[in-house]
Amino acid sequence: MSGHIDSGATAWMMTATALVLMMTPALGLFYAGLVRSKNTLNTFMMSIAALGVATITWALVGYSLAFDSGDGFVGGGKFFFMNHIGFGAQPGTQIPQLLFFAFEASFCIITAALVSGAVVERMKFSTFLIFMALWSTLIYPVLAHWVWGGGWLQAHGVLDFAGGVPVEMASGFSALAAALAVGARKDYGRQALLPHNVVFVLLGAGLLWFGWFGFNGGSGYSTGHSSILAFTNTLLAPACTLVVWFVLDLLRDQRVTAIGAATAIVVGAVGITPACGYVSPIAAMLLGGLAAIPSYVFITWRTRTRLDESLDVLGAHGLAGLTGILFIGFFAQRSWNGVANGLLHGHPGLLGWQVVAALAGPAYAFVGTFAILKVLNALMPMRVSAIEESIGMDVVDHGEQAYTDGEGAILVAHEGFFDFDRSRRDAD
Amino acid sequence: MKLVIGIVRPERTNDVLEALFRAQIRGFSLSRVQGHGGELERVETYRGTTVKMNLAEKARFEVAVSDEFVQPTIDALCAGGRTGEVGDGKVFVLNLEQAVRIRTGENDSAAVTPINPQDDLEQR
Repeated sequence: MSGHIDSGATAWMMTATALVLMMTPALGLFYAGLVRSKNTLNTFMMSIAALGVATITWALVGYSLAFDSGDGFVGGGKFFFMNHIGFGAQPGTQIPQLLFFAFEASFCIITAALVSGAVVERMKFSTFLIFMALWSTLIYPVLAHWVWGGGWLQAHGVLDFAGGVPVEMASGFSALAAALAVGARKDYGRQALLPHNVVFVLLGAGLLWFGWFGFNGGSGYSTGHSSILAFTNTLLAPACTLVVWFVLDLLRDQRVTAIGAATAIVVGAVGITPACGYVSPIAAMLLGGLAAIPSYVFITWRTRTRLDESLDVLGAHGLAGLTGILFIGFFAQRSWNGVANGLLHGHPGLLGWQVVAALAGPAYAFVGTFAILKVLNALMPMRVSAIEESIGMDVVDHGEQAYTDGEGAILVAHEGFFDFDRSRRDAD
Repeated sequence: MKLVIGIVRPERTNDVLEALFRAQIRGFSLSRVQGHGGELERVETYRGTTVKMNLAEKARFEVAVSDEFVQPTIDALCAGGRTGEVGDGKVFVLNLEQAVRIRTGENDSAAVTPINPQDDLEQR
């Protein structure tokens, strides 16, 4: 356990962890801009909640279920309650176990926050907190174990550099299950439900991209070749998605949309996430361009259906993650990644297992999430009432408003309210 | 000729709009106002500061209509705005002295009768 610790890698990984942690409030901003103003705080808080809830579940049980050797399906209990996590080198890396733990924690946090996009503007916040605790215990760690913790997909050579299976497809297909289990917003399909602040959406997407350099660039746990490749591919792929999205927008309506641009940045970064350390830079650019198409088509189609997967987690994360996972099977190149070749470089076997991962990951996420929500539904109210939904979640669930000028607000004097001026007068 | 003022819950705005359009009432103004009409005060807390929100957000419709449209307008405002809870709002009906359509200089009832833009185009 006492391998060599590399100070450069350790310094980078501390930075990368902080970058990934910032992606969660960035996601909150992105999501908050996409909802109506009366639900701004509630939507943002669903992401903020992950910073608390998912960190605790990860520390107590999640990390062990993901990264203890265990069996092919799920890890064991060696690291429960943060036991046996110290300053020694994490096996296979030159960074301390504690830092490895923190970096991986930030992944579980953002993934739990991602799922919230499916249930905004209607799900009761207290129930959502319990859902999030269960989801970050039962769904994310299992899928992380499959591809990173010594699980069955990893054993069969499935390549997933930064989380196409446990992060992107898991959140996307869990979001689909959550949207079906919770049901559509009462106004969905009856009224135009417009994003209330597109500037938030653009800024959130920009901050997400910024954080993604830590997300992908840190997933090599080093400052080595694969990390540098992942880092630079994180620049290249979303740029291509962005421009292809512009073209698709122009073809559809002769106008380039800002929300489309923000979505494209996320889609591109998602697409390159699994592949970033495995494909050449020019292949990453191709992947960025390709990833735009299924997500674009799906998102345009989805809004015309009764499926109120409100913020398109499936379209943006699920499908782009799927595209990235499959892309590895074709374009993985050993001369760049030092690990394996894909179909186009003479090794067709990899593609088969990438396809298995692209089926098994979503299936587990969908079924597991649906089951969790069905059980919760039997135990506690899942949604606020229709009247509360129309008043808005901020006032109903939080007793606050995002935008208030204080007009008409009367200060409530508390019993035992301490009057500083009076006590000073009395002293004179 | 009357001016019908309807003050409703902002979350009922879309329902009122729907009811007005159904009743063929197509000319009106809408503004966001704050007011107090006896509903329970909402309590909010900001960093330990507890406040009672004494003013509630409302939507104010102003509809100038010829006499035969007064009752349909009132009905539309009520049907669209009603939830049955305290705070649904009020409708006020005022006499209207004069109305002028700026574009044509038409007066009174002619001025408050909405034109169909399609008819107007055909007349030209």
